[in-house]
Amino acid sequence: MRAEVVASMERALREVWGNPSSVHAEGSRAREAVERARSEVAALLAVEPGEVIFTGGATEANNTALLQVAPALDRGRHVVTSNVEHPSVEAPLEALEARGWEVTRLPVDRDGLLDPGDVTAAVRADTALVSLIWANNETGVIQPMASIAAVLAERGVPLHVDATQAVGKIPLAIDAFPIDLLALSAHKFGGPKGVGALIARRAPVFEPLLRGGGQERRLRGGTENVPGIVGLARACALAREELSSRETEYAALRDRLWRGLQEKVAGLRRNGSPEHVLPNTLNVTFEGTAGELLLQALDLEGIAVSSGAACASGSIEPSRVLLAMGLSPEEARGTLRLSVGHGIDEAAIDRVLALLPDLVTRVRAAETA
Amino acid sequence: MSGAERERVVVAMSGGVDSSLAAALVVEGGAEAIGVTMHLAGANSRCCSLADADDARRVAERLGIRFYVANYRERFREEVMLPFADSYLAGRTPIPCVTCNTRFKFDYLLERARVFGAARVASGHYARVDVDPSTGLRRLRRAVDEAKDQTYFLFQLGQVQLRALEFPLGALTKAEVRDRARSLGLVTAEKPESQEICFVPDGDYAGVVESLRPDALPGAGDVVDGQGRVLGRHEGVHRFTVGQRRGLGLASTGRRYVTGLDAGRNRVIVGRASDLATETAWVSDVTWVAGSPPPAGTRARVRVRYRHEGAMATLVPGCDGATRVDFDEPVGSVAPGQAAVFDAGDVVLGGGWLRGEPSE
Repeated sequence: MRAEVVASMERALREVWGNPSSVHAEGSRAREAVERARSEVAALLAVEPGEVIFTGGATEANNTALLQVAPALDRGRHVVTSNVEHPSVEAPLEALEARGWEVTRLPVDRDGLLDPGDVTAAVRADTALVSLIWANNETGVIQPMASIAAVLAERGVPLHVDATQAVGKIPLAIDAFPIDLLALSAHKFGGPKGVGALIARRAPVFEPLLRGGGQERRLRGGTENVPGIVGLARACALAREELSSRETEYAALRDRLWRGLQEKVAGLRRNGSPEHVLPNTLNVTFEGTAGELLLQALDLEGIAVSSGAACASGSIEPSRVLLAMGLSPEEARGTLRLSVGHGIDEAAIDRVLALLPDLVTRVRAAETA
Repeated sequence: MSGAERERVVVAMSGGVDSSLAAALVVEGGAEAIGVTMHLAGANSRCCSLADADDARRVAERLGIRFYVANYRERFREEVMLPFADSYLAGRTPIPCVTCNTRFKFDYLLERARVFGAARVASGHYARVDVDPSTGLRRLRRAVDEAKDQTYFLFQLGQVQLRALEFPLGALTKAEVRDRARSLGLVTAEKPESQEICFVPDGDYAGVVESLRPDALPGAGDVVDGQGRVLGRHEGVHRFTVGQRRGLGLASTGRRYVTGLDAGRNRVIVGRASDLATETAWVSDVTWVAGSPPPAGTRARVRVRYRHEGAMATLVPGCDGATRVDFDEPVGSVAPGQAAVFDAGDVVLGGGWLRGEPSE
């Protein structure tokens, strides 16, 4: 977490301890902090503060959009999505299917990209909404959301976007996109865990997922997580200030890493479109390796990377997203997701480049033993 | 590698008390321990469950060591679970723990250790390794705690593996292990013992075989006596084990035992207790801890199942990796598919797999 965010949250914990729903001065102070935070989140995304609903993270926001808002749209019982969605979208969609809804899952191409034409073609008269991930959590691939949103707006079909990975990394002034619903999580861009938001524009009144004291304009019950919300807002403010410099800085580090790997390691392939991708993400298959083993060996050297999808026990399964892009199970297994972020500099990249070639050789030797 | 010059040792941590203390002892010994839990069987298995991995992680956290989960589920299914089912379907009584212990807990873990820059693997097995002063070779010896000894599952370990292995609990009793775990405040100190085969948590072997190989089940067949007379019907040879007495469903009086399983004709052969005794056993795919067979006529105590105290015999190693075992006195319930492990005193010489007939 960014130091500025920690400081803002510490201040909130010490000084803004009232309950925003209380009438006394402390409560009023907390209410003011929450509303100021709402404006800050809205400013990053160029939406109205009244369109921001604070949640316990993007999982809750996605669940709310699909399980609560979609039925309230009263349009039909069909959803169009992709086959590379995050589980927090996929699982509620499966729950809808169990209730008799129909879900069309559009395939991505080898680069991980959706064809906007496919989205248009899949929309039917009874389509309640289209739900798509903006930037993929494993590959960083950015979907052509501007053209998809434009076409859907023309057809009058609501669009929900899981923007968890995109917020704070690429400009998302969604006033320029006709997006109706958007989910985000604070911890993906320097904020704390356990807090996020659902942006709901032009949404009908819907039943809250969490029923309670009528907080968040009766759309999300439960006393507000004031320090979390303050931290989220601070991360949004930082993102707004730094967005353009972050993009350049991250991309330069990421490209340095990729160039270095290409020079030093044979049998590599980069997964996902190299043009339509988050500036911080590099997804690489190291042929003939196990990503799990590379990840653990790197971690022992103090370098944290990701591979596949870790289950609750910490055991790693091959990535569904990579399989959907046409990789073989062996290729998917030998894949690492390398991300750069705040606090990573050229020296850190060079350290990875000094360690990885030898580790890859060792893992390949172990795999063929 | 990193600045720390301490030797790195990978510790196999199951989330039980034994491997927890093994990790603690490696740390006490001054090495940089790296805990690894092997994710082997699926969610229904008792072993490698989420709770066990979490227990191992908590112990690792307490000891201040790195901890990882290694996913071997696919390999475990291919190399342990399916052969287990196939063995039952072939009329044998498999002991999957041998392959699991040798291949997974040591070979695969050792591969991983080398990637981690660790030369050694430690585990919480009750067994000992030392050096034979006369030959300089590594010896596999039974644990000090006879009741907990696990060398029956470890007989396939060879010199290369034994040079890279540590069994920190080999000289401790179970009671001492629990005491020390308790005094170290390890969360696993009071965990109950694990019993039976990890992926057969409720003892329903037949059910596991049926779910692993649903297309290869034999169906009903005859229960016959030694002369081939049909005495009854059974629901598949995979449901029986040589020496079994219960579940035969025979109306006739007198105690009868399963004395043989003929998978080819899907027959369960029954007889009297005296029919179970055998004077000679043939053991195939024999491996010797020292790397080469002892001379013919070597005397050994031979264990034919886990917790068997062993019976004295003379070993006659053949040239095809098979060994003939001539018992001094007839031994009962020698079940094909189980391991035969040869001991000289508390030193394990080697072992192999029991088979029904010399030509099998």
